[in-house]
Amino acid sequence: MNIVACIKQTFDTEAKIAVSGGQVSDQGVNLILNPYDEYAVEEAIRLKEKNGGEVVVVSVGTDKTQEALRYCLAMGADRAVLVQDPALGKADSASVSVTLGKLLADMEYDVILCGNQAVDDGASAVPSRLAEKLDLPQANVITALEIGDGSATVRREVDGGSEILDVQLPALFSAQKGLNEVRYPSLPGIMKAKRKELKVVGLGDLGLSADDVAPKTEIVNVELPPARQAGKVLKGEVADVVAELVTLLKNEAKVI
Amino acid sequence: MNFSYSDEERMMLQMTRDFAERTVKPRAKEVDREHKYPAETVKQMGELGLLGVTVAPEYDGAGMSNICYAIAIEEISRHCASTGIIMSVNNSLACEPIKLFGTEAQKKKYLADMASGRKLGCLGLTESNAGSDAANVQTTAVLDGDEWVINGRKIFITNGGEADYCVLIASTDKAKGHRGISAFIVDLDNPGFSIGTLEDKLGIRGSSTAELVFEDCRIPKDNLLGEQGKGFKIALITLDGGRIGVAAQALGIARAAIEDATAYAKERVQFGKPIAELQAIQWMIADLSTEYEAARLLVHRAAWLKDNKLPYSKEAAMGKLMASEVAMKAATKGIQILGGYGYTTDYPLERYFRDAKITEIYEGTSEVMRLVIAHNILR
Repeated sequence: MNIVACIKQTFDTEAKIAVSGGQVSDQGVNLILNPYDEYAVEEAIRLKEKNGGEVVVVSVGTDKTQEALRYCLAMGADRAVLVQDPALGKADSASVSVTLGKLLADMEYDVILCGNQAVDDGASAVPSRLAEKLDLPQANVITALEIGDGSATVRREVDGGSEILDVQLPALFSAQKGLNEVRYPSLPGIMKAKRKELKVVGLGDLGLSADDVAPKTEIVNVELPPARQAGKVLKGEVADVVAELVTLLKNEAKVI
Repeated sequence: MNFSYSDEERMMLQMTRDFAERTVKPRAKEVDREHKYPAETVKQMGELGLLGVTVAPEYDGAGMSNICYAIAIEEISRHCASTGIIMSVNNSLACEPIKLFGTEAQKKKYLADMASGRKLGCLGLTESNAGSDAANVQTTAVLDGDEWVINGRKIFITNGGEADYCVLIASTDKAKGHRGISAFIVDLDNPGFSIGTLEDKLGIRGSSTAELVFEDCRIPKDNLLGEQGKGFKIALITLDGGRIGVAAQALGIARAAIEDATAYAKERVQFGKPIAELQAIQWMIADLSTEYEAARLLVHRAAWLKDNKLPYSKEAAMGKLMASEVAMKAATKGIQILGGYGYTTDYPLERYFRDAKITEIYEGTSEVMRLVIAHNILR
């Protein structure tokens, strides 16, 4: 069974976010493997351990992204491919989906795994877009995956419950927290990762032009959320206070 | 000169930091309070390769550098010094001498078992009358046919309560003094071995400190480690390496105290502002952080020298001396910054304080460190 895991390198979830000139600054920020992608990589390695085959991790990124890919190799993935190109500097979900779609078109796989969202932009767009590009069945936000004969049974979160789906393979799944417990890369794993293949390709190698991957969205401005205000204590007669509270909930908090 | 981490060092730092925060930290208070050996953590460390960091892969180790080893011990000790020393002793005092002096057969069995975490190791050196004066070992090993017969008592043996194997230092010829001392590997699953007193200690209470009792303990002739009569040298070389481990443990405790005290100083409001805005507190934090960084450079340099097969005895002693004294100072000042709260068990500062003290004592006291440093400079 061949499994592809798509990953993104993101800010450390504990990083302090600073905005300057309408952009999020990456100065001195620690970069990590997107936590939801960790579940995808872990599941990919588990599938391989159970069924044999190969795990390939792929990403669109920069020089720094190699670190996240190396981390996946240390966890137990077999090889990695990074698509890196100056034309991908402002890549959005559309650019990434087109790029990965072209990369994966020439690869053999039974299962593609993604994280259901990245902790930075939280768009949850690449898994579905990629499945459409590859004309694959997809199941998103899954918390369980069982491989059968030419198909997979998955459980996915839906509003107020969960649903069980049978999906024909090959297929694409996006992982949700709870799918598995992610392992730490062992020290021998870290050492082995150094000798595993990490291939870097450009858009030209995939037969893509800068126009093909032009972003379809433009970030106009980025702002930090307003600083948290101190709570408000209402004082006075009960009847007055209740009336005031209802008004505030309606007009200020806008929750009723 | 290069102060940046390699890819593997960075990855190992991230892994050990995550593991320590998620797994070691939540158990640390109970490990200390209840004198609880962290068996589950030790098992997990074995699976991650943390019990044989510098041991070659063919003997089930991770095959990493001594710098990686120092980083890993610091990260674990940042949250639990008891767990840090269990790890350090297995790596430095049990695996290392067999790695350096063992036969192929000894490495295949004993080294691989300990590096993988299948078995736990300890070093049997200290006796009631042979502490800093390590040459005054009274435990004897006498060859009888195909077996060595061991008699004697070892005290203050870290991991002694749980260890499966012991690298034992014993006299094979009393007339020859320290040239009559030899090293052995003892499988502690032996009718001639028993555990004596278990110490009740000020700190590192989750790691056992035991008396090892050998009464006509018979071990195979082949379990002599290195040459007969070279045991004292083996012990000294082993302790040189061990000092990097203890120094890294001390760095972890120092960092814990500094980080916790700094976080507290930013939150604690007195006179209408956080105490971190008071210069008295700022200077303490500045001094401690500077000394911690300096100690860390010394320790990593000693590890680097060892990785590059250069003499490192003096540097390891300097690193251990400074790191352990910084740990003690950081814990003392850390409690001071927390004031009354620092003195209670509601905060872990008092535990850092109790744990820090031993780093100035074991694997060579601060006085012995100065002796080693002076000897290296003046010889």
